[in-house]
Amino acid sequence: MKLYPRQRHRVLQVVTKLVIPFVLMFGLYVQFHGDYGPGGGFQAGVIFASAFILHGLIFGLQRTRAVLSPTVLRFMMASGVLLYAGTGLVTMLFGGTLLDYDVLAHDPLHGQHWGIFAVELGVGITVTAVMVTLFYGFASKR
Amino acid sequence: MDTFIIIVLLTFLAIIAIGIIVLRDLLGAVILLGAYSLTAASAFVVMDAVDVAFTEAAVGSGVSTILFLGALSFTKHEQKPRGHDSWLALVFVVVTGGLLIYGTLDMPHFGSAISAAQTHPDLAVRFLEQSGAEVGPPNIVTSVLASYRGYDTLGETLVVFAAGVAVLSLLGLKRRRPEDDAPEHAPGDTPAPDSDDFLAERAE
Repeated sequence: MKLYPRQRHRVLQVVTKLVIPFVLMFGLYVQFHGDYGPGGGFQAGVIFASAFILHGLIFGLQRTRAVLSPTVLRFMMASGVLLYAGTGLVTMLFGGTLLDYDVLAHDPLHGQHWGIFAVELGVGITVTAVMVTLFYGFASKR
Repeated sequence: MDTFIIIVLLTFLAIIAIGIIVLRDLLGAVILLGAYSLTAASAFVVMDAVDVAFTEAAVGSGVSTILFLGALSFTKHEQKPRGHDSWLALVFVVVTGGLLIYGTLDMPHFGSAISAAQTHPDLAVRFLEQSGAEVGPPNIVTSVLASYRGYDTLGETLVVFAAGVAVLSLLGLKRRRPEDDAPEHAPGDTPAPDSDDFLAERAE
């Protein structure tokens, strides 16, 4: 059954528009609340990416690529890893060993807090970018 | 009670797995794979592995279902019926499965007192008792993952990055075309019929 474009998925489009902000918000919550509850960079990255994938499914790949272009994704993929490894290099510059966050602040606990924050953010950025890239790669080949 | 729930969930897992094997409709099999992951995630929750359950639910039943659907759009939705059954394949699968089951016999039972986590109490007890003072976060999983084993997690992130690079180099993304930057419709409008609309192709 072929529907006319205007009638196609109207309900899905409206619901998607309502849902996406909450998905993104939940992704941020999982990212930055991972210290206190279940979650962390990996899960947050997947949740964050799923919002973009949902957008791509409902509104078509063109629109999503206009929001989040493959060039930006490639940049994000590398920058997440660099943020992680860079944190390790900074701890070495401060006189510690690789990824020893104690030296990042005067109080070792604060240092650990900052280190884990940076590292999880790096994981989240890379996972988001890779997941959306996988989706683009599969969905744009036809 | 926990044992009962686990038995029910594992029975579901077995039924879903058999369903995936039997089903000739690939679209249905992909959806069942998502259901399989969700059931597995529920089992992880019952085992108090909330972080693992979270990952399983998000990756297993969320993103990989979508990726399988994307892969399906390259091919047909029906599995090709095979005229003959390969006995060699059956023997191979039975032998491999038997070896795997034989391997699990050496593993300690769930929650067993002789599991590695219990026989090396210096590690588990140290993480449980000292991580609050040494690292801070109340979620000990985060402490272990990001701080005690930060080096391993760096490796995992590199693996994810490598997967992304591999997909980029194998499938490749189309170069940015001018029409990508400026959709010809107003935002909120339905896309043109000839656009690469994912759901539309599935529905037809």
